[in-house]
Amino acid sequence: MQLEKIHYDNKIVKAFIIATVIFGIVGMTVGLLAAIQLFYPLFNFDLQYTTFGRIRPLHTNAVIFAFVGNAMFAGVYYSMQRLLKTRLFNDTLSWIHFWGWQLIILAAAVTLPLGFTTSKEYAELEWPIDIAIALVWVVFGINMIGTIIKRREQHMYVAVWFYIATFVTVAVLHIVNSFEMPVTLFKSYSWYAGVQDALVQWWYGHNAVAFFLTTPFLGIMYYFLPKAANRPVYSYRLSIIHFWSLIFIYIWAGPHHLLYTALPDWAQSLGVVFSIMLIAPSWGGMLNGLFTLRGAWDRVREDAVLKFMVVAVTAYGMATLEGPLLSLKNVNAIAHYTDWIVAHVHVGGLGWNGFLIFGMLYWVIPRMWNTKLYSSKLANLHFWIGTLGIVFYALPMYVSGVVQSLMWKEFAADGFLRYQNFLETTTQILPMHMLRATGGALYLTGVFIMTYNLIKTAYAGKFVANEEAEVSPLVKVKHTTGGYWHHILEAKPVLFTVLALVAILIGGIIELVPTFLIKSNVPTIATVKPYTPLELHGRDIYIREGCVNCHSQMIRPFRSEVQRYDPKGGEYSKAGEYVYDHPFLWGSKRTGPDLQRLGGKYADSWHFRHMLTPAEVSTGSIMPAYPWLYEQQIDKGLTTGKISALRTIGVPYADDYEATANDELDAQANRIVDNLKLEGLETTADAEIVALIAYLQRLGTDIKLKDVATSNE
Amino acid sequence: MYKQVLQSMDNVAIWPVISFVVFFTFFIVLLWWTFTADKTFIREMSEKPLHDGSESNVNAESLT
Repeated sequence: MQLEKIHYDNKIVKAFIIATVIFGIVGMTVGLLAAIQLFYPLFNFDLQYTTFGRIRPLHTNAVIFAFVGNAMFAGVYYSMQRLLKTRLFNDTLSWIHFWGWQLIILAAAVTLPLGFTTSKEYAELEWPIDIAIALVWVVFGINMIGTIIKRREQHMYVAVWFYIATFVTVAVLHIVNSFEMPVTLFKSYSWYAGVQDALVQWWYGHNAVAFFLTTPFLGIMYYFLPKAANRPVYSYRLSIIHFWSLIFIYIWAGPHHLLYTALPDWAQSLGVVFSIMLIAPSWGGMLNGLFTLRGAWDRVREDAVLKFMVVAVTAYGMATLEGPLLSLKNVNAIAHYTDWIVAHVHVGGLGWNGFLIFGMLYWVIPRMWNTKLYSSKLANLHFWIGTLGIVFYALPMYVSGVVQSLMWKEFAADGFLRYQNFLETTTQILPMHMLRATGGALYLTGVFIMTYNLIKTAYAGKFVANEEAEVSPLVKVKHTTGGYWHHILEAKPVLFTVLALVAILIGGIIELVPTFLIKSNVPTIATVKPYTPLELHGRDIYIREGCVNCHSQMIRPFRSEVQRYDPKGGEYSKAGEYVYDHPFLWGSKRTGPDLQRLGGKYADSWHFRHMLTPAEVSTGSIMPAYPWLYEQQIDKGLTTGKISALRTIGVPYADDYEATANDELDAQANRIVDNLKLEGLETTADAEIVALIAYLQRLGTDIKLKDVATSNE
Repeated sequence: MYKQVLQSMDNVAIWPVISFVVFFTFFIVLLWWTFTADKTFIREMSEKPLHDGSESNVNAESLT
């Protein structure tokens, strides 16, 4: 048969690799800064752009979408051309994809510190950027499906299936979770409210981990691990089962992020069951990866690439065992809201994603520059320093998570909480936070060593922009063997894509629809009313400052939590309390205490002083100061827009409410200003702090009115 | 608008049953296929990454 000469596009892969390394360094440096802020609040710099609440989303977005995202595109584009024996579908699309993605990252890097955020984790970017993400993602999809269609291989290797599933699912997740009602160019309200918003968000959040951090990297593992080990994957049969069961099951597991919350019980149980089931496919994949090295373990001792990959696959196995265990309600009761979760995600992020990316880079760069790696010694040093970094990161976080959780729950003999002041439990774990930052710094040092090594390698070699390959043209083979339907499926990419879509849609729809449909899932509470205009402005400041990154608004139905957060009322959080919360602000981590019943707990003057100098009001507090809230004014011109937008998505404001809203706002603000004046504190009625105080004083008070209403009857 | 659409659906309770049947059948057929699949085909597929047509360019030896 006549062989065809084709050229693989290495230039686009190179671009994505450079972006990976740059944003890896940026994202991890920002992460290190955030880690340091938690024990030296000084590093918040008293600047609104650099406080923890805005820096933390910058870190998560940078490492997930910029570092891991760019690495994913590099790995997908490199392997797909070779697995399908064709150049990428269209060079222009490749470059639109590349620059589009970098522009989105730039937009995120600018808007997040400015406080433009939806506050939904890993989906913080505001609506115009959401639209841009959707468009660039579609460009990636067209380029990928186009490449698959013009392939010179009859059948698609398993890595390509993982890439298809990634494209399809991330598109669905992103679109569904990003439904929002714009108010201005950089402000919107989530279409969903309260419990429904929480469910959609964690259906998204969990599957962002599944289909952005996991499936594309499983594809990368299935390509690069056999390449690096120079032997075929252990069991191709297992990889087929791995693929289908993983994508079928993963999509259901989201509610395990909401155990013991106000989410309906059936949805929580559904999340638990599917999470436990996930162990099977995940470990199938891990074992398939590790067994691929059978007979090559001697090389693991010398080859840094294999070392990185072995630890990556092992970390995948550990994280995917830990995840389901954390989904058990009794384990979750201890781990949720603590550093344990931070440890868990970093075993996945640093171990699985990070190390697989490093292994891939060490393998691919010498080949693309047609040379040998500059220094295998430095690569080995990177491996050890990175591994130590992971250990120093994860272990202190496990200890701190368990210690803090047990302190939260401990009762003294008199029946009261032993540690009544939340702050005691925070200061207790500060040494662990310092150790964690050391671990992060070690890991980042490794990345610098790698960068030096890779740059030296590239300079020593000559970049092969268009790698020549000789391949045989595709000859259409007619299948006559009956029954081998999967065989046929692998040859039909479009049908395959549709089936993968159906697989993930079934789980998503069954999970989401009943919560929207069945009214009894969210029992309403008559005394719960929409926010006043001033509270609304205050809530938007709460969102802007990223308060949700450290404070939950969800009291779980435990005696210890009810006694800590609502000692007088004795109420845990109810679904009906959140019906006007666009977006929900339940939070996922308690660096500070829960705020669900904060309203009325302290005087206005306490909040006024506390937001200005937290450490002076609560000695030892690690909360940043918010001096700018006292200088900046709320924009009353936005009040009517906010109210109209919320009414459109179901908040029952009266039809002509816009006409009187600002008068009502002024009246409420003046009452707070007068209150403050009594204590000798001067401020203006339109200062942001006044709006924030109004919101904080409202929190959790509606349900207290219910008691008043019942006792009056 | 979406609320009206959702509220007009009847018999939502049957969905989980249908999905279970679909999943179960799919997995049985999947297992049956993987275990009866042609050995040569499986071997050929699993060796795909090792034959990508550009071996001439690749330093076959380990890079360390």
